[in-house]
Amino acid sequence: MSSPHVLTPGSSVSRIMLTVLAALVPAIAAYVYFFGPAILISLTLASITALAAEAAVLRLRDYPVKHFLFDGSALLTAWLLALSIPPLAPWWLIVVGTAFAVIVAKHLYGGLGNNLFNPAMAGFAVLMISFPSFMTHWPAPLALAQHTVGFGDALRYYFSGGLPGARLDAVTMATPLDTLKTQLSLQHTMDEVKRMPIFGSFGGKGTETVAAMYLLGGLFLLRKRIITWHTPVSFLVALIAVSAFFNSIDASRYATPLFHLFTGGALLGAFFIATDYVTAPVTPRGKLIFGTGVGVLEYLIRVFGGYPDGIAFSVLIMNAAVPLIDAYTQPRVYGHNTGKTP
Amino acid sequence: MLHKFHGGVHPPEHKAESNSLPIGAAPLPRRLVVPLRQHIGAPARPVVEVGDRVLKGQMIGAADGFVSAAVHAPTSGIVSAVDLHAVPHPSGLPDLCITIDADGEERWIERQPLDYLAADRDAVRARLRDFGVVGLGGAVFPTSIKLDPGALRIGTLVLNGAECEPWITSDDRLMRERAAEIVEGVKIMAHLVQPERVLIGIEDNKPEAVTAMRAACSGTNFEVVAVPAQYPGGGEKQLIQVLTGKEVPSGGRPANIGVLCANAGTAYTVHRAVNHGEPVISRIVTVTGNVEKPQNFEVLIGTPLSEMVQLAGGAKAGTSHYIVGGPMMGFDLNNLAVPVAKAVNCVIAASPALFPPKPAAVPCIRCGQCAEVCPASLQPMELFWFSQSRNFDKARAYNLFDCIECGCCSYVCPSHIPLVSYYRFAKSEIAAQEREKKAAEQAKARFEFKQLREEREKAEKAARFAEKAAAAKAAAGEGDDPAAAAKKAAIQAAVERAKAKKAEAAAQAGQCDVTPIAAVETPAESLSPCPLPPTGEGDLESLRDGSLNTTEPP
Amino acid sequence: MLSAILVMILLGVVLGAILGYASIKFKVEGNPMVKKVGAVLPQTQCGQCGYAGCGPYAEAVARGEAAPNLCVPGGDAVAKNLADLLGVEFQPVGGGEGAGPKPRQVAFIDENNCIGCTACIKACPVDAIVGASKLMHTVLPDRCTGCELCVPACPVDCISMVPLEESIANWKWRYPVIEIKKAA
Repeated sequence: MSSPHVLTPGSSVSRIMLTVLAALVPAIAAYVYFFGPAILISLTLASITALAAEAAVLRLRDYPVKHFLFDGSALLTAWLLALSIPPLAPWWLIVVGTAFAVIVAKHLYGGLGNNLFNPAMAGFAVLMISFPSFMTHWPAPLALAQHTVGFGDALRYYFSGGLPGARLDAVTMATPLDTLKTQLSLQHTMDEVKRMPIFGSFGGKGTETVAAMYLLGGLFLLRKRIITWHTPVSFLVALIAVSAFFNSIDASRYATPLFHLFTGGALLGAFFIATDYVTAPVTPRGKLIFGTGVGVLEYLIRVFGGYPDGIAFSVLIMNAAVPLIDAYTQPRVYGHNTGKTP
Repeated sequence: MLHKFHGGVHPPEHKAESNSLPIGAAPLPRRLVVPLRQHIGAPARPVVEVGDRVLKGQMIGAADGFVSAAVHAPTSGIVSAVDLHAVPHPSGLPDLCITIDADGEERWIERQPLDYLAADRDAVRARLRDFGVVGLGGAVFPTSIKLDPGALRIGTLVLNGAECEPWITSDDRLMRERAAEIVEGVKIMAHLVQPERVLIGIEDNKPEAVTAMRAACSGTNFEVVAVPAQYPGGGEKQLIQVLTGKEVPSGGRPANIGVLCANAGTAYTVHRAVNHGEPVISRIVTVTGNVEKPQNFEVLIGTPLSEMVQLAGGAKAGTSHYIVGGPMMGFDLNNLAVPVAKAVNCVIAASPALFPPKPAAVPCIRCGQCAEVCPASLQPMELFWFSQSRNFDKARAYNLFDCIECGCCSYVCPSHIPLVSYYRFAKSEIAAQEREKKAAEQAKARFEFKQLREEREKAEKAARFAEKAAAAKAAAGEGDDPAAAAKKAAIQAAVERAKAKKAEAAAQAGQCDVTPIAAVETPAESLSPCPLPPTGEGDLESLRDGSLNTTEPP
Repeated sequence: MLSAILVMILLGVVLGAILGYASIKFKVEGNPMVKKVGAVLPQTQCGQCGYAGCGPYAEAVARGEAAPNLCVPGGDAVAKNLADLLGVEFQPVGGGEGAGPKPRQVAFIDENNCIGCTACIKACPVDAIVGASKLMHTVLPDRCTGCELCVPACPVDCISMVPLEESIANWKWRYPVIEIKKAA
């Protein structure tokens, strides 16, 4: 083996993945605080499914299972998917989504490093298209719920489908984004809608804090130099710019940039999903184009599309363009186009 | 004002181990093995034979071709072998070397200084070439060619004292201890290329060297610049970029942007060659790593590395292998019997503790860290992708050949992929393909020329037959010999056939018509089915006989 | 109805004119394929394809008369390139699996046995053998393409093919072997 004979101490793929997982922990804590412990069950289910699916496929592909299983990439996919779908759902929903993400979206495309589409988002898209009714029952913030769903209740719901002493409707509601869209379509004005209890001071009640925690985790990743600023900044700038534009046209129909920033998957997407190494561009200019594209699409799908949030579809659409973006945004190489000819 | 280069890394420096002690002297080895290929370009041509007695500094290998350099006897003694010997090379293959058994007398050749200010500049360059002066920074390019920029105007002469590779301290010690001589060498180089300014770049982790060089430069207009320590800041292109802000054009030389860059160690040998008449027969080598007493030594070219490791007190327990050069760009060595060559600046005894075995690689996740640190602003992950899949055209299109193999990408790769190994593989495959392509073109040209020549010969032969036939006819007209008449008829027939064949051959664009000559020699089953014009057996036989009995026409 | 017909006719005329102009303007002399095929072939002139050298074989391949997998010295690499060039399915050389290019060989004349007959000089397609009648001959290894045509030509069997030794001058970096599947 030729040079170099030294490597950066401690640098490894699993370390990167574990750092990203760690950056998600504050948001999960906030999630539990505002919406109850159900998310912990879906995270666990997703993790177990992801590891089992990964191990099975690695074995089928004749890869060393031990070497790859704990690189953390399957776990990260599982967590991102679990955080993107409603935490109160039948057990098989998260299992199907995670298994699809790992087996089809990741391994059928060649496994770690070779998949074209973000596995978590591909899993999300499959669930969204196949089981839309389960994807809209989000738990209500604990402060608003008529009935508190404890850990045991949630567990029971996962596996039996029933909640003792309450109907599912009583503990879930549509997300702020969904509510806004529905209410606006019913000819309510922005001010009327915003006075509904689900809305918080600038985003949704509870969700705004969770989103802030994603922002915190994202800043941690930036500081650790796991991600670069290009994707999140261009994503958020694009989202702010487009929402500000529409907001300035008709503030009674289009929400403020701040609202869009702190609802739905915007911050999770900006720092954790659109920055996925494998499925995003690698060139700095490519990242800017990619982030801008995801940000604009996110807004358009969210506001004008048929789905309550657009992060999954906007990321998947832009994923398809990544090879092209990379090819056309190659940076200038040392000694090229310097105006001098050799 | 200093500029920046893109990327770069900060590997642990490990310079303190070996830079505290002064340069040590080495005892004369009993036997010295001098490789003939110690520079870029054609290897030197041996000019001594086994049994010859040589003096210290005597030329034993002469520069062969334009890009080449001479090699010299490092001590006086007897040539005991001119043969293949293990050399310090990543391939581990042997190469042609001259072995000298030292007689211990150290008798020098006559050493004559050259007054470079009075001499013709070409004479100074000729001296550098004949005295084996090559770039000691690693590329070992003949200095005489480098200092001959031709029509290009050199505005800046850069002396490279950066020494960015970890562990190596040979230039550091040389600059601390022999700054005045280095500056003398720089003066000679400056005299040859007449630059407007001379910049001496030294990384700021060598404050003593900076001080020593500043002191030595007082009274000159040379400027010593402390540059930020960052690997690969001592790379020629990177140092030029830091000092001048200019980039060497891709595929070009620094001279294209009016810059010339030479290593500090090279300047020292320039001074020794010109002002003292001493060829390059020794150099400073760092012996460090897992050895008892890491230190720099001035050793003769040809000294076995094993003796150098002994000089440093021997390898400590746990030494697994040795590295020649630095840890970022050097190569592994399993055999310490190889000699020191001009390019060898450092020997590191490696142990698992100092150089942990690399973890197994996992697939590339396109994290982009390699692109962030690449000093050439390449996209290493794409180059890896194309090199791995042997997609060489694409690798070239992504500027594989702008890679300087500094190793930054591999150093940071979280997937532990030996990226540089892939680039080296792809580069040498492409180079081999180019060689083969060129060889094929030349083979084709020679083949076509041979066909042309054979056709011409055939035509000439036919013409001669015709002449002879005419003469025979005239003779036959006088005597009425039936045998002669029969012969005449046969010749006539042969001429007819030759003519017909010639005509057909001309129409055939002359591709197939030479084959019969070869085909006659080949077994029948391998006869080519190429549509051949009908040929008389007699023609072939006569042609063949003719060629067998006459010497080949030039 | 009428206007539609007129539009179609006009369109046909205009496009036809453009095509006609292009065929004159961008006319290619000769068969460019022969050159392209020739560039892929190793130019050993060995005739192992059954044609009298690389030139005739290139012409035959370009005309579609010869299969692109007949070049023995080029091996599968050349066969693959030719198949790509012609847009046909790749077939391994010699029908067998993995017929890689033969290791590079050069002819070597045992000078003790050479009788100086010049037969090999005549046989060599690339003038890589030097020597004079009744004097011994020698092969210029740099020029030898390893075609083996001189081997049967020698009446005293003094020519042998020797594999080209790897040296520092022609050494290549190896493909880094990292067996991910066997790792860990």
